Amino acid sequence: MELLSGADMLIRSLQDEGIEYIYGYPGGAALHIYDALFRQDKVKHILVRHEQAAVHMADGYARATGKPGTVLVTSGPGATNTITGIATAFMDSIPMVVLCGQVASHLIGEDAFQETDMIGVSRPVVKHNLSVRHPEEIPEVIRKAYYIAATGRPGPVVVDIPKDMTTPNERYEYSYPKKVKLRSYNPAIRGHAGQIKKAVDMLLAAKRPVIYAGGGVILGKASNQLTELTRMLGYPLTNTLMGIGCYPASDKQHLGWLGMHGTYEANMAMHHSDLILAVGARFDDRVTNATEKFCPGARIIHIDIDPASISKTVEADVPIVGPVDAVLKEMLALVKESKDKPDASALASWWKQIEEWRAFHGMRYETSPDVIKPQEVIELLCKLTNGEAFVTSDVGQHQMFAAQYYKFDKPNRWINSGGLGTMGFGLPAAMGVKLTHPDDEVLCITGEGSIQMNIQELSTCKQYNLPVKIINLNNQALGMVKQWQDMNYESRHSQSYMESLPDFIALAEAYGHVGVRIEKKEDLETKLKEVLAMKDKLVFVDIYVDRFEHVYPMQVARGSMKDMWLSKTERV
Amino acid sequence: MRRIISVLLENEPGALSRVVGLFSQRNYNIETLTVAPTEDETLSRLTVTTTGSDKVIEQITKQLNKLIEVVKLVDLTEGSHIERELMLVKLKATGSQRAEIKRTVDIFRGQIVDVTSSVYTVQLAGDSEKLDGFIQAVGTAGVLEVVRTGVSGIARGEKVLSL
Repeated sequence: MELLSGADMLIRSLQDEGIEYIYGYPGGAALHIYDALFRQDKVKHILVRHEQAAVHMADGYARATGKPGTVLVTSGPGATNTITGIATAFMDSIPMVVLCGQVASHLIGEDAFQETDMIGVSRPVVKHNLSVRHPEEIPEVIRKAYYIAATGRPGPVVVDIPKDMTTPNERYEYSYPKKVKLRSYNPAIRGHAGQIKKAVDMLLAAKRPVIYAGGGVILGKASNQLTELTRMLGYPLTNTLMGIGCYPASDKQHLGWLGMHGTYEANMAMHHSDLILAVGARFDDRVTNATEKFCPGARIIHIDIDPASISKTVEADVPIVGPVDAVLKEMLALVKESKDKPDASALASWWKQIEEWRAFHGMRYETSPDVIKPQEVIELLCKLTNGEAFVTSDVGQHQMFAAQYYKFDKPNRWINSGGLGTMGFGLPAAMGVKLTHPDDEVLCITGEGSIQMNIQELSTCKQYNLPVKIINLNNQALGMVKQWQDMNYESRHSQSYMESLPDFIALAEAYGHVGVRIEKKEDLETKLKEVLAMKDKLVFVDIYVDRFEHVYPMQVARGSMKDMWLSKTERV
Repeated sequence: MRRIISVLLENEPGALSRVVGLFSQRNYNIETLTVAPTEDETLSRLTVTTTGSDKVIEQITKQLNKLIEVVKLVDLTEGSHIERELMLVKLKATGSQRAEIKRTVDIFRGQIVDVTSSVYTVQLAGDSEKLDGFIQAVGTAGVLEVVRTGVSGIARGEKVLSL
């Protein structure tokens, strides 16, 4: 057997795990590891400009590919800078392994230079974390970390590595374990057959059914099964913000997404339904509005890999714990062989009602002859990229507009921080996608507030030639904050203006990229076409949009699903 | 409602902090907490008493089960069970009080485990209500110091919590 140092074992373990890219930033406690990295070329390291961005890059990679991302940072500030990124991944159940250097074992607890209790700091925002206590454990710890991160309900795993675990001149026998033993961790591999049968019976007997699909469908790679089942039943489907792309948005059975800024028809259909089939969704507060008023006439079937997600906020009538793909496959088989068929006349009148709702609102917004509306920018981008781009977003109004007006027909293409709502996510996530999808169009839809939270990564983009397109919907304000202040604080715009915006064009150029400003509506299409034609350039597109636009529909706070503002003046 | 949740936990550093952290993170109550290794040195047995609605208790058990180091758990209050807590109390004991305290200790089946001319130290085991009852009976004025272990519990009959 080969003898390797702890640092070499770590890198070899990553190779044996099939890791191609890691994103990180070196520092004292990680230097042995960085030296081992230098002496090989299988694992490629991407040097970011801030550790938070490394985590979002790994996250973007994981969301686009479905494989766990990997981060490497040093102890202390290196580690604590990853926390926002880790929390972002945790809230959206993104598989990821974050390797953190730590001060040498004998210094732990002595307030040593760059010492932080990363195990303690990260604990509430990780699926699990592990410490290396002996160099020989490294291969097993790494195997365990990836296994835990990627199975069951996925999530981030932190590995804390004291510097003396990676000392170059101490060598140990290396072998990478094929399997890990964890007696206390056994995620469900299939759903309960009796519950599935019961669910199918209820599904076929429903008069006003709705399928409500979440990010779990994408994470569980179950889009095909969901699409087949939905089409076979002919039922309406709505998905969450995180579930965008799990079912083709252009399909007529798709009602758009639901919740706070969901479509009128999706929220109305949910409220009036008699049966909800929830698949890989978690009845988040941004979906349900007031839970005590949630869908009063509906019985609920809830499929989820995580038992703790079931009946957490809204009680399920038929809980099914299991991987969504396996459960949906069994449901499909049962629906196919069942003598019962969906009630055609009930379904026809249900669809008639839904089409009336759809016609009533249908995602309208008022256009203007001279001012650029943010919605029309997104619609145009969708048209110009045939709805096939990878779109990452930051957080705020632009995120909602992007999710509402870009029509995704495929999973893994809409990449946003849905749970934590992390501003600064968009650009590094786009970089993580572009790195592994060089031939695909990657758009980062952002605002002038969010982009400045990780703008230093323009430098990383230059170093690794990552020609993403940054679409800055510039409304010269923190738009979503301002919208809430308009609606709830009598337009007192406390700290929601950005009065000293940089010249983004000059800024992009200073980093060696191209900057394009669009202020006139008549230039919009031509200039966007020019931008998209610059395939090998990062282009920062600064688009001056209507400063007063709000995102609608918007659910009325503490109301039911059907209580919505449809515009600044219409409330239903 | 008060519940006693008994947990088999990997006997590893940091496992306990994960359990305790979960309770504070998710705004659950901990009333008492006891933890010690078991006959299997790889496992610790942890007992936590908590209060909450059925919905909250269901979430607590589900969230605990999600922790990688939690091997198994049981809500003892779902079935018949035995619970015990140990208490040591220092009582002011002078003059005629000494005989009265001795009688009360006997009634509660406690033991006086240390004596000075002015102080009795009493050891008492039982369920939490019994320990509360003893404090009430002797009167708080005479109590100098109380230390309680928190609840340990085990199911009655054949049921066992093991691997």
